[in-house]
Amino acid sequence: MLDSYLPVLVILLVSIFIGSAIIVLSTILGKRFPTAIKLMPYECGMDPIGGARRRFSVKFFIIGMLFIVFDIELIFLFPWAKIYDKLMFFGFVEMLLFVVILLAGLIYVWKKGALQWE
Amino acid sequence: MEAVLFYALAAVTLISGVFVVFLRRPIHNVLFMILTMIGLACLFILLHAEFLAMVQIIVYAGAIMVLFLFVIMLLNLDEFVMPPEHRRVRYGIGIVLAMMLVVFLIPTSRSIISSPTAQVVATDSATLTNTEIIARELFTTYLLPFEIASILLLAAIVGTVIIGKRSTK
Amino acid sequence: MESAMPIIMVVVKVLLVIVAILTFVAYLTLIERKVLGWIQVRIGPNRVGPWGLLQPLADGAKLLLKEEITVAGANKAVYILAPLIVVVCAIVPFAVIPFAKGLGLETLLGPTVSQYDLNTGVIADLNVGILFIFGISSLGVYGVILGGWASNSKYSLLGSIRAAAQMISYELGLSLSVIGVLLLAGTLNLVQIVENQDSIWKWYVFRQPLGFLLFLIAGSAEIARTPFDLMECENELVAGYQTEYSSMKFGLFYLGEYAHLLFLSALTTTLFFGGWQGPFLPPIIWFLAKMFFFVFVFVWIRGTYPRLRYDRVMAFGWKTLVPVGLFNVMATAFIYAIYLQYWGA
Repeated sequence: MLDSYLPVLVILLVSIFIGSAIIVLSTILGKRFPTAIKLMPYECGMDPIGGARRRFSVKFFIIGMLFIVFDIELIFLFPWAKIYDKLMFFGFVEMLLFVVILLAGLIYVWKKGALQWE
Repeated sequence: MEAVLFYALAAVTLISGVFVVFLRRPIHNVLFMILTMIGLACLFILLHAEFLAMVQIIVYAGAIMVLFLFVIMLLNLDEFVMPPEHRRVRYGIGIVLAMMLVVFLIPTSRSIISSPTAQVVATDSATLTNTEIIARELFTTYLLPFEIASILLLAAIVGTVIIGKRSTK
Repeated sequence: MESAMPIIMVVVKVLLVIVAILTFVAYLTLIERKVLGWIQVRIGPNRVGPWGLLQPLADGAKLLLKEEITVAGANKAVYILAPLIVVVCAIVPFAVIPFAKGLGLETLLGPTVSQYDLNTGVIADLNVGILFIFGISSLGVYGVILGGWASNSKYSLLGSIRAAAQMISYELGLSLSVIGVLLLAGTLNLVQIVENQDSIWKWYVFRQPLGFLLFLIAGSAEIARTPFDLMECENELVAGYQTEYSSMKFGLFYLGEYAHLLFLSALTTTLFFGGWQGPFLPPIIWFLAKMFFFVFVFVWIRGTYPRLRYDRVMAFGWKTLVPVGLFNVMATAFIYAIYLQYWGA
């Protein structure tokens, strides 16, 4: 089994090498004439007002948390799908129970308006 | 070959773990934490636990660390510098917790290795893939914990919404 | 020293595949411009070489020679790391896509080819191939977030946060949509999934039509193709997280984007359209033909549909894709259980 992971390691190293080689190459080849105005962050041609890194909506944070929960739920579906032909109806019922409980969670989130993007 | 890979990966995991603790900027800490997670996943692969390795990457490195990054960006923590007296207290707590972990981990790992499930896995791993063994154990022997896990996840969803809604008001 | 030979072969195989991917990706930019031109009754690129065939090379050379600007106030290490993450996470998943049946190397090189999957038409024949894909693509999100964050620009930050929220939301829909196929195939191994589809009636698109539709939608949202390219919609966010990138670092983001497009087409072919299976022609030809057909479909979609609004995109992902995906999985499971009970093998 481990034999199959050596090629993965190889493609990982090769792609990292190619990516960094391209970055280094473009740094060497491109000429640079930096000026203060050229390096300024783009803001419709005006001087930037305030810092760029500011707080943003808590919505994104809620989405991130919900994503973790549902991601964990979906992970359970993969091994279940793998041996479903041995579990059959037994497997169907146990997963139905699991999915219904989580669907209740999704409906709760929905009704509370956490998925609403004002 | 396997031993060399193990020591290399363990070294990468441990060193990035050390960077997580000692680097100053939160964003760098998160990056090294992701690397730690990936290193752990690679160690799982060396133990032939493919499924666990992929779950480690998808859930920990891919989902939970995204949330960490969101929090750092959301609160703009990057400019935040911890006062030195706080740092000393935290190092103290950290060392105590690490020692407690070692004390608890050694007996637990012994009992896990000798548990019936570990024996089943050890005997079946010659014929079945790792995912199949996990699936069979999870959906037959450990069926009740699996269903209870869904309740736990439901509680997490409710908690998320309550916290999120309170902070928007 | 006898153990070094297979490893060298693995490196050669990987290099060949990567060169093929990079060439296809380069020409994908030309294909996209040509097809869009055709859809919009324009000519498309036709100045550099016949039919603009040398255009990708000219673009590449131009990007390499352009002045590199590192925006003031950027977090330098993260700023350079981000495009690298994008490219690596776009190339590595190709490792588990089966592109041909067997390579027939055993007659040439003897039995050593059985090691390291050398003889199979895939770089790494993983038992958990599909999870590997989702794992690596979930890491790809970091390239986008970090790129936008390190740029020290408001547009970049907004673009990257939007992109990240959209990508993680549609990751759920994407993994839900393939579970139907995995359930019918009884495996997470892509080589076996392709082998299961050995005649046209066994293609999973016919047994999972809803799953296929969900996959197509969630997939194009995941790689940010046009109806869902909110993260770089130019009239709101300039260029999203890429705004402050220039020269070849910008090029690498583009390379990642087109590699994602190629990968999504390859994955569609593998999961729903029988991969390299097909009569008469060699497997690799079938694989490439099907893959490029889906490339065409994705460009066609881009040429046809207008961009959605961001709140609509997020609402669609959570309120439609996830429930319908769950329904599809449970309905498939129910029907399959009845089938196994009464007609099953």
